[in-house]
Amino acid sequence: MTIYIPTPLRLYAGGQDAVEVDAATVAGALDALTEAHPELRNHLFTAEGKLRAFVNLYLNDEDVRYLPEKEETAVQAGDTLSIIPSIAGGLPPRRERLRRLL
Amino acid sequence: MSKLRLPRAVWDAVRAHGEETYPCECCGALLGRSTAEGWRIETAVRAGNTRTDSAHNRYQIAAAELVKIEREARGQGLGIAGFYHSHPDHPAHWSLTDLSEAHWLGCSYVITAVAKGKATETNSFLLAGASEEDKRFEQETIQVTDESIDQDRS
Repeated sequence: MTIYIPTPLRLYAGGQDAVEVDAATVAGALDALTEAHPELRNHLFTAEGKLRAFVNLYLNDEDVRYLPEKEETAVQAGDTLSIIPSIAGGLPPRRERLRRLL
Repeated sequence: MSKLRLPRAVWDAVRAHGEETYPCECCGALLGRSTAEGWRIETAVRAGNTRTDSAHNRYQIAAAELVKIEREARGQGLGIAGFYHSHPDHPAHWSLTDLSEAHWLGCSYVITAVAKGKATETNSFLLAGASEEDKRFEQETIQVTDESIDQDRS
């Protein structure tokens, strides 16, 4: 299967935007990826080995988080796995902004 | 200070988006080509702000939309080089929320201040650092590029 690497992590995947791995499950695919490119591990997983909260995984068009088997979902050779860090932000509440000005 | 080169059409599009969504925050992605000198931005892609509960001071791009943007960019030989959003009635400077929720290391985060519906200042901040634990925003110079002339903005 093909794992698509987001731009911030390509530096740790030999500059590649996609990596081919042989695996039976999503978790197995991530294991294969981080075995081939160990520097990716710290960017994808916490020290406790859990996927970092801001890392989204899409198996083809499906959010792995919402699949019944989650990371244990079986994968096929033609599947794609997209790694997409989240993007969000914002301003503090208006009252806090005013407090900072005072 | 690093430099972000933005074609004038992208500069204008990012600022116009902020004016259109005022008083809510706008958001989108910057697509470009990776070169030896860094990213060469080619286009901006608008995204929906999923924070409809607090769109005047929060933004979030749905992961599914990001996957779609990334897939379409890849098909054109482009990559996600950064993101943009607006700050309605607030300076064009990153907030602590912006930093804590920024995870695209090495990418540019462009912020446009929109005062009473009119885009004023636009700044760019590079998400620098080698990991989540030491990430930081560093202001970049924005160079707006025309076909015939270049203009520096900082």
